Amino acid sequence: MDKRIRVLVAKPGLDGHDRGAKVVARALRDAGFEVVYTGLRQTPEQIAEAAMQEDVNVVAMSILSGAHPHLFPKVVDLVRGKGMKDCLIIGGGVIPESDIPALKAAGIAEVFTPGTPTGKIVEFIKANVK
Amino acid sequence: MEDIAQELLNGSRLALSRAITAIENEYDNATAIMKKLYPHTGHAYVLGITGPPGAGKSTLTDKLAKEYRKQGKTVGIVAIDPTSPFSGGAILGDRIRMNSLTLDEGVFIRSMGTRGSLGGLSHKTADAVKAMDAFGMDVIFVETVGVGQSEVDIVKAADTTMVVLIPGMGDDIQAIKAGILEIGDIFAINKADHDGADKLVTELNMMLDLDGVMKEWRPPIMKAVANQNIGVTELVETFKKHHDHIVSSGQLTQRRTERTKNEMLDLLSSNIGSYITRNIVDTGKIDKMVEDIKAHKTDPYTVVNEILQNMLK
Repeated sequence: MDKRIRVLVAKPGLDGHDRGAKVVARALRDAGFEVVYTGLRQTPEQIAEAAMQEDVNVVAMSILSGAHPHLFPKVVDLVRGKGMKDCLIIGGGVIPESDIPALKAAGIAEVFTPGTPTGKIVEFIKANVK
Repeated sequence: MEDIAQELLNGSRLALSRAITAIENEYDNATAIMKKLYPHTGHAYVLGITGPPGAGKSTLTDKLAKEYRKQGKTVGIVAIDPTSPFSGGAILGDRIRMNSLTLDEGVFIRSMGTRGSLGGLSHKTADAVKAMDAFGMDVIFVETVGVGQSEVDIVKAADTTMVVLIPGMGDDIQAIKAGILEIGDIFAINKADHDGADKLVTELNMMLDLDGVMKEWRPPIMKAVANQNIGVTELVETFKKHHDHIVSSGQLTQRRTERTKNEMLDLLSSNIGSYITRNIVDTGKIDKMVEDIKAHKTDPYTVVNEILQNMLK
């Protein structure tokens, strides 16, 4: 059996800053994960559908525009709606501390803000993936 | 999910996705799934898209898929990218060029890492294609990793193989080397708005002219600019012509017979391999055998022969 952790790295919303997403994608690759990279400006519907088609274990989103309170929970709902009950959904980007509790309540398993060592994200995924 | 194969056959996209995961990860239920799907396969037209990295395979596949959608055909895409031989990880980035297909209900895209396979595909590509075939996709694209010169597994997996090239990658000696240039049923010169496209067409024509025998099908050389959607309808028409040709000439049947044979032999060797791993390596029997061989009590030929005799009992 050759189980490999598959992660969808996605950028929802309209900001075009994908350096962070690329750094994370690269770190996850080096940790031995298969990273499906979908590029910029994805709608929540596109992210959920791609997650389903790719049967990923993790959806990792990055937002730097401030649209996370709206877009992150929407992705959670849509991914769950596809029948992906076990999929771990995490987020990152420029996200104020005060927003994090609401995101977690909405089903975002963890939020990684700027300055997080990539190793911490890898560890979190390994410890929490189903 | 109770019965993945049945749900796939009933039209569940999630089941299709889970089936491919089971196949790819060699889960215990993978063989049962494939057995149940097998009778429903053989209807799809499988198109192989290969060529060097950055030639525009994904962009072209995206545009070709849209053209087939206009004709009302459903489309499956298996897109392969390289797995790192060091970490085992991969960046699967083919979807970036295909985002506008994601929400089309008549399209299903799956990215796969090569996971150690060297021929431009992954070991499980063929079975993933079968799952999409059984799901009812009319046309299935298999996009290989960016290939160099010798990764030609795609011909074994596809009904029609298109080699995508771009201008400016070498002189005419490159064009007469063995390898991927021998496998094209169709050549697409992408980025044909760049300098050197006509020269490349000439060089490829020269290469084809050097074929000693007149073939029934001379691979057409088509120019395209994928990101501007130029040359795409013409490519789809050419696929149709090639498809008609291989049907009427009996080549399609021949190719599929050959493929069935290859797949059976692959499955057989892989099962023999796992038998050996299970019974000889994992049990530690191998250590005793190696010791005896080293002490010259016996020789490797005798030992291997005994193992085979035992297996066939």
